[in-house]
Amino acid sequence: MAEPMGFFTDTSVCIGCKACEVACKAWNQLPARNGGKVQLSGISYDNTVELNGIQWRHVKFIEDFTPDRSTERWLMMSDVCKHCVQAACLEVCPTGAIIRTEFDTVVIQQNVCNGCRSCIAACPFGVIEINPETNTAMKCTLCYDRLQAGMVPACAQACPTQSIQFGPISELRQRAQQRLEQLHAAGVMQARLYGHDESILGGLNAFYLLLDEPGKYGLPANPQLPSRNLAPSAALSAAGAVALGLLGLVGLRKQRMDRLAAEERGQGEGSHAG
Amino acid sequence: MPDSFFTHAPEWRWWIVFYFFIGGIAGGAFALAALLRLFGQPGDRPISRLGYYIAFPGSIISGILLILDLKRPERFWHMLIQSETFRPAFKWWSPISVGSWGLLAFGFFSFLAFVGALAEIGWLPRGLSGLIQGRLGVAVNVLGGLSGFFLAGYTGVLLSTTNRPLWSDTVWLGLLFLVSGFSTGAALLLLLSWRSNTPTIRWLKELDTWTLMLELVVLVILLASVGMAVLRPVLFNAWGVLLLVGVVLVGILVPIALHFRPVLGRLTVPSAAVLVLVGGFILRVVMLLSSEAV
Ligand code: SF4
Ligand code: SF4
Repeated sequence: MAEPMGFFTDTSVCIGCKACEVACKAWNQLPARNGGKVQLSGISYDNTVELNGIQWRHVKFIEDFTPDRSTERWLMMSDVCKHCVQAACLEVCPTGAIIRTEFDTVVIQQNVCNGCRSCIAACPFGVIEINPETNTAMKCTLCYDRLQAGMVPACAQACPTQSIQFGPISELRQRAQQRLEQLHAAGVMQARLYGHDESILGGLNAFYLLLDEPGKYGLPANPQLPSRNLAPSAALSAAGAVALGLLGLVGLRKQRMDRLAAEERGQGEGSHAG
Repeated sequence: MPDSFFTHAPEWRWWIVFYFFIGGIAGGAFALAALLRLFGQPGDRPISRLGYYIAFPGSIISGILLILDLKRPERFWHMLIQSETFRPAFKWWSPISVGSWGLLAFGFFSFLAFVGALAEIGWLPRGLSGLIQGRLGVAVNVLGGLSGFFLAGYTGVLLSTTNRPLWSDTVWLGLLFLVSGFSTGAALLLLLSWRSNTPTIRWLKELDTWTLMLELVVLVILLASVGMAVLRPVLFNAWGVLLLVGVVLVGILVPIALHFRPVLGRLTVPSAAVLVLVGGFILRVVMLLSSEAV
């Protein structure tokens, strides 16, 4: 296996230019929404709204204004598949379409996926959707094709501020730590890293420097694997099956007792031949 | 916001609602039929045959519904066989994977029992009735009954093994669907045979009433386990009303009341059975679509 590779996205320098979105669409030949017609969402400068089957990078615009406007700021963040080390999507995929590559990234094999959509319900970050042109589940591949050719992913190459940095995870983690210390020294105490260590799903291979709580950016505080519920749910159901079976048996036994009692009384109603 | 609200909806809608409902009935009906075969009297046989008649077509419809729900239906076999290597595809920790095999197994055993039942009434060569009688019959009933219970319950486990609101915020859905599958299976058996007043029917009525009580208890525990932060956005709306009226009142409380006070005379049993079926269907509708709507 090659070295684990990934993204470090430093939201503190993102200017919301969406070069990453465009580069991603261009390289991966993803269709435009709405047939390419301009469609305004009404949500700040954000007209693509979400990550989905045809948008694998999405720049979020968070207008963080207090009601009296005493504090006001814009938060911007280029969102992407986190290429989780413990990936929920990969865990549940029944067809084996979702694989981990030699770069420790997570890729959906388009010739295998049959569109069952369990990965969509599993991903804690709402990354995956069905691509309506192929009817298969799609998301960022971390430019697997470019990586295999020794190239940098399209978004990271296009980003003019180096908000999106690509490289070996170990190196990115060091860089992120330095940047965090720099920001803390400059008094930006709210700055924090998200997904840089094992605490979130074994580590996110696309991790973040945020300027506020994860929730503010639409990121879950404590994302977990779907399998956490598997054993307890299955155990409860199995116990229920036993209980129902016993309930049935008790009834059948009672029925037999009644019949024997009736026969003893010589009424003989019980033999309901079938 | 609870973590489950940052996720996307898989858009499991009507095909899946009907699958959960029909699969539950099929599984429940077979489990009941197997109980009657394995532990009942010769007099219980007609009802157990009825269970087999319901189970096998139910398994076929279930398979069709599941395939229709796929975005690439022609690739349905990727669930069972790896398309690249042609080796079996099986992941015990993926409920959809296990469920595909479970449905296949259930289809197999319910087919055997179906054939056996037709042989028992003389529509097929008598020798085939060995499929539900004697030693082979015990094996078919035990394995089919277990896979029937599995089919009724794994669908709820499947929903919990995600990160979606409501579904993944509880571990009680599998049990709830299992109990509901059992009660709707019993209700359909009653609906199809209510004219006869045999001990088997009385057993079924009694059992269905107990099962409905259990279902109510499980539903209450489930809702309590979900917590307010999730209940408020998901069920404090029309879906919640539908759950209270359609499931709790119409599908559980009224049928229980009818059991103890047969006010509708001869029509009490079929009426109660219809209500249980309606309630079981609405249960699947609410549990699936209320989360999808978030
Ligand atoms: S972010 Fe979602 S889609 Fe990406 S690897 Fe993690 S679970 Fe899978
Ligand atoms: S939709 Fe495709 S990639 Fe997602 S879980 Fe199903 S088969 Fe796997």
